[in-house]
Amino acid sequence: MSIKDRMSGNEAIATAMRQINPDVFAMFPITPSTEIPQYFAQYVADGQADTEFITVESEHSSLSACMGAEAAGCRAVTATSSAGLSYMNEILYVVASARLPVVMAVATRALTGPININHDYSDSMAERDSGFIQIYSENNQEAYDNYLQAHRIGEHPDVRLPVMICEEGFITSHALENILLEEDDAVKKFVGEYHPENYLLNREAPLAVGPYGVSSYYMEARVAQAEAMKAAKRVILEVAEDFERTFGRHYSFFEEYRMGDAEIALVLMGSSAGTARESVDELREQGVKCGLIKVRVFRPFPAEELAAALQNCKAVAVLDKSEGFSANGGPLYAETAAGCVNMDKRPKLVDIVYGLGGRDFTVEQGIRVLRRLEKIAATGETGPVYTHMGQRDLREEVQ
Amino acid sequence: MKNMIEIRWHGRGGQGAKSASQLLADSAFFAGKYVQSFPEYGPERGGAPITAYNRISDTRCNVHSNIYYPDYVVVVDETLLHTVDVAAGLKKEGAIVINSDKDPEELRPLLHGYQGRVCTIDAKALSLKHLGRYFPNSPMLAAVVEVSHCVDPEQFLKDMETSYRHKFATKPQVVQGNLDCLAESMKEVRG
Repeated sequence: MSIKDRMSGNEAIATAMRQINPDVFAMFPITPSTEIPQYFAQYVADGQADTEFITVESEHSSLSACMGAEAAGCRAVTATSSAGLSYMNEILYVVASARLPVVMAVATRALTGPININHDYSDSMAERDSGFIQIYSENNQEAYDNYLQAHRIGEHPDVRLPVMICEEGFITSHALENILLEEDDAVKKFVGEYHPENYLLNREAPLAVGPYGVSSYYMEARVAQAEAMKAAKRVILEVAEDFERTFGRHYSFFEEYRMGDAEIALVLMGSSAGTARESVDELREQGVKCGLIKVRVFRPFPAEELAAALQNCKAVAVLDKSEGFSANGGPLYAETAAGCVNMDKRPKLVDIVYGLGGRDFTVEQGIRVLRRLEKIAATGETGPVYTHMGQRDLREEVQ
Repeated sequence: MKNMIEIRWHGRGGQGAKSASQLLADSAFFAGKYVQSFPEYGPERGGAPITAYNRISDTRCNVHSNIYYPDYVVVVDETLLHTVDVAAGLKKEGAIVINSDKDPEELRPLLHGYQGRVCTIDAKALSLKHLGRYFPNSPMLAAVVEVSHCVDPEQFLKDMETSYRHKFATKPQVVQGNLDCLAESMKEVRG
């Protein structure tokens, strides 16, 4: 039986971690993820988890400690945000290439500068090529549910990759909302125990973790890692199916909302999708055939599936909540466009960068974007393809 | 969305506006509602203006933007009236509740032409009387429940006892003072 409760995204993730009871939690605090280890420290102090809780001196060290623990054969977790994630950068690649399924919660927050504590995806998107699986959450419920699925995805023998479960700083991390929790025993049964094939503390089968890879071996390791990321697509769906059978909530690579006969659509991530559903509903009431797709899994990127879901649209706006300074649009746009490019039928695509550093996204903005798409669909002319929305005065928002 | 009550809190960092908005969400949750309570922080320092928000509804609140057209506004710190347009977008059939020992009509000129109901509550006096220290959030919470009836006031007092017992698990001696403070505050709203 699910338990009705209310809590923030941070408490939801900490609760999932308590229920899973990992072997090691290595932490260094940073806003807005700090509450996750804070809650968890209380669980350990109260005897609700017997995890080895390690306070270290930096994020570089917290992920390194997780790596050591995973290499030894343990289940290890951590949490971070923003500059903390950037400071892990070197070790993210090491953990992923060593094929150690650390699970990390990221309360996404803007990168400096100017210094800002609020949400956008500049921290997680900067690590999109690190080799971590990345799953994004719309609200506290999804943060909890995604976390419950993370260990099984990462630890699967065909995958063996680390996983980032991303929630939004403050918007999700500090927002109290209703949530359905699952019972501890049911969670433990769903997630299962971790029994890695190879691990350092196995005297019978000694191995080295993280050795030098000369040119005659490096590429094979990288290709194997790339194959694992491809295999993760199948495993993510399998775990989601079992999650739905067990707990009744449906997940996939992305969620389609009123896409059946949609001629124009938004592609976006996270809490903005909830807000934009209201925009879609309002225009649907006026007879506009519009819909949206909320991308949940960004690594591995479900390019073919997304392109197929968009192929009957005439015009699509991708909404990017990070500025990649490519002068050619943000990362979600780049991936979506790459997915669509070889399709025989594909929509006109534009990219809109918005919501940086906590800039609010509103129902009215969603409607304005859909209205712009109506014009593009009618004329076939995209106008400027890469624009920004929500900023003051620097440049007028393209309508 | 229909049947949704939206509330905006204005306070200063450290005064407990965020906690009060969470307690309000708690009591609406106990009443079977879908709730949101979330803060909007400026600079991370005590005394800086902060905003917190509540949505209370019969269905899950999907919208995650800030609240621009609130039904009710709560002002935890009277000095904000001089620097923040606290009544911006406030619906005229709603109300604003201000922490002040003044008469509501004395404060109306600071509200940029707001036409709706203005209420005040002397949270400082009530807090000092019942808690011995200045914690304005319990009186403000009681006042907004009294003014808005966003949850049933009687049920609210019962549910808050549960909330306080949980929140103050390590210092149960402060629970009764807070409950007395809530009950009297609901009677002391002016306007």
